[in-house]
Amino acid sequence: MSTLTLKNIVKEFTSGSGASASTTQVIKGVDLEVKDQEFVVFVGPSGCGKSTLMRMIAGLENATSGDILIDGKRMNDIGPAERGLAMVFQSYALYPHMTVGENMGFSLKLAGVSKEERAEKVNAAAEVLQLGPLLDRKPKALSGGQRQRVAIGRAIVRNPSIFLFDEPLSNLDAALRVQMRIELARLHAELKATMIYVTHDQVEAMTMADKIVVLQGGVVEQVGSPMELYHHPRNRFVAGFIGSPKMNFLDITVTGVAGEGVTVRLPDGSERLIPVVSQTEDGASVIVGDSLTLGVRPEHLMLDAQGPFSGQVQVIERLGGVTSLYLATPDGSGDAPIGGLKSDEQSDSGWILMADGDVNSRVGDSIRYGFDTERAHLFTREGLALQNLNRHPLTSLTRQDNSLSSASAAQEARA
Amino acid sequence: MRTRASGRTVGGLRTLSLQAPAVSLLLMWMLVPLVMTLWFSFQRYNLMMPSVSGFAGVDNYYYLLTDPSLWTAMGNTLLLVGWVLVATVVGGTLLAVLLQQEFFGRGVARLFVIAPFFIMPTVSALVWKNMMMHPVNGILAWVAGLFGLPAIDWFASLPLTSIVIIVTWQWLPFAVLILLTAIQSLDDDQVEAARMDGAGPVAIFFYITLPHLKRAISVVVMIEMIFLLTIFAEIFVTTSGGPGLASTNLAYLIYIRALLDFDVGGASAGGVIAIILANIVAFFLVRTVAKNLEN
Ligand SMILES: Nc1ncnc2c1ncn2[C@@H]1O[C@H](COP(=O)(O)OP(=O)(O)OP(=O)(O)O)[C@@H](O)[C@H]1O
Ligand SMILES: [Mg+2]
Repeated sequence: MSTLTLKNIVKEFTSGSGASASTTQVIKGVDLEVKDQEFVVFVGPSGCGKSTLMRMIAGLENATSGDILIDGKRMNDIGPAERGLAMVFQSYALYPHMTVGENMGFSLKLAGVSKEERAEKVNAAAEVLQLGPLLDRKPKALSGGQRQRVAIGRAIVRNPSIFLFDEPLSNLDAALRVQMRIELARLHAELKATMIYVTHDQVEAMTMADKIVVLQGGVVEQVGSPMELYHHPRNRFVAGFIGSPKMNFLDITVTGVAGEGVTVRLPDGSERLIPVVSQTEDGASVIVGDSLTLGVRPEHLMLDAQGPFSGQVQVIERLGGVTSLYLATPDGSGDAPIGGLKSDEQSDSGWILMADGDVNSRVGDSIRYGFDTERAHLFTREGLALQNLNRHPLTSLTRQDNSLSSASAAQEARA
Repeated sequence: MRTRASGRTVGGLRTLSLQAPAVSLLLMWMLVPLVMTLWFSFQRYNLMMPSVSGFAGVDNYYYLLTDPSLWTAMGNTLLLVGWVLVATVVGGTLLAVLLQQEFFGRGVARLFVIAPFFIMPTVSALVWKNMMMHPVNGILAWVAGLFGLPAIDWFASLPLTSIVIIVTWQWLPFAVLILLTAIQSLDDDQVEAARMDGAGPVAIFFYITLPHLKRAISVVVMIEMIFLLTIFAEIFVTTSGGPGLASTNLAYLIYIRALLDFDVGGASAGGVIAIILANIVAFFLVRTVAKNLEN
């Protein structure tokens, strides 16, 4: 049993000294509940405070205010070693002058564990990670993936209540990353441990997490299961951050508000009913004439000769299975987001349409396209979402439901 | 004619002519004094007795090696080098760790620690002799007086120790400088990982910091050793090698022979022995250091 609770955590850094000192608030009141055996992923743009938050949980950094509870016990004033956590660093942080075995057994040695017991535990961890033949090597003689495994092994040996990972896979190549991702998921199931994981990688976040925490500027924007964040983002930031390529945005006006949804007028003059509530979560109501932002994911746009949008194809990226068409914003306000990834500055300019791999459009073609109104999103000027009337059926899905063992268990239960 | 593609034209007439000025300068600089020293060491050559001259065979060496003062001087040399090395490495490591911490006035403190390095040996020896260790006017005597203790006549009763203290004071900044730079290259993540593993400050020092400093320490030892074998000014200014031979090292013994006894032949023989000694030390040292630097 190991749970983690953060209560109104604030972190301020003071730079300079004396009269010229200035403080910056980096974490601005974070509340979070992590359940036993949960896999929680922190995502957010660079500099939003993910590492800082994790280091406070680890005890490497003091919280300016707020409470950190592990298994219900307040841990603010307890040192990093006594919290019973283990952290895997992005840089691996292996001790270069110790062998792999010594690296993994270091914490036990400091704790005064006997040599035999130490060897036993190190071997057990090495077994799990297939590090057996490497135990006598120095870290320098290991590949990146092996080093990463040693770093994880060092954490396992301590038998921590919670594992902390700060971008552990970002230094590995793509193939190795996929392999380690699967290995970590397996490890999580095997060790039945609570894990907190920081990443920049969408795929890692979506595939590994039971719960994703989206941070921005030291504030938690939304907490939820991957499917919940994808289908029901709380605000425009989360909508844009989760999903790749990014969601397309367009300014539109409201022409009707009814029980079954909000009707909006599109640039070509046509109107569409989007099935969303007419109130934001803070109680503000949408009325006719309001200007809102329509959000549609690239995968929910489709080529359609009768569609409401039209535009010229500016760039085409063919991946075989799918084809991305880069278009100007339908109201003509922005050019295609060349380069594939829309950076933050130009996040609103240009649209991307994900079409079937077999479309034969060419650069310069004028196309008409439409969108799936059921899956469209509406955001107020303040960026808050109008929630869809129908909850997506997969939002409560946990990661365990995606793995084979639980599927077969469910089948057995049904039989 | 070797081809350019091989990348080596060493030995070609043209390259040789280009290297010639540098090589001949080096030869002159190094070989001429060496050969002259060797030559004199086999000569009867005493400035007080210009009439006695000619080939002496190994007499100079015989007299030197059977002279107990040579062995005293060698012992003193090793003691001096050894103690200064121990003091500067241990003190330097501790000071470097200390100066690495965040505290108010760290910049100024660093400057003060480094400062003695910029003072020339003669001056620092004079300062120590007349202001610090002087049995009447010295600060150390005054401090001893505060505690009601008798003043120590440093250079009379603890001559070699006094020299060790002075030289340590001069060389400590060098060790601190090198070790501080090395400590700054220690990965923060490693220290934090160790903290998570349950290491306190002492464990971090012995298990993380010290192994990280191993290379830098061997560099400090090597460089200091080269300079410490030839300490002269400090002895000359303070004890003049005395009382008796209590603080005479090899360099000072050669000086005594050559310029106080005017025995150029004997002094040259001493010089040759010093060269051999330095080479033996350098051989072992360079080998261990090179091995250290490799991994
Ligand atoms: N010791 C420090 N002193 C002052 N400011 C700091 C310190 N450490 C971090 N910060 C600031 O806190 C903010 C959050 O940093 P943090 O390292 O947590 O970001 P992050 O979300 O992990 O980013 P990345 O994804 O790039 O790793 C940054 O703006 C950073 O400049
Ligand atoms: Mg970070």
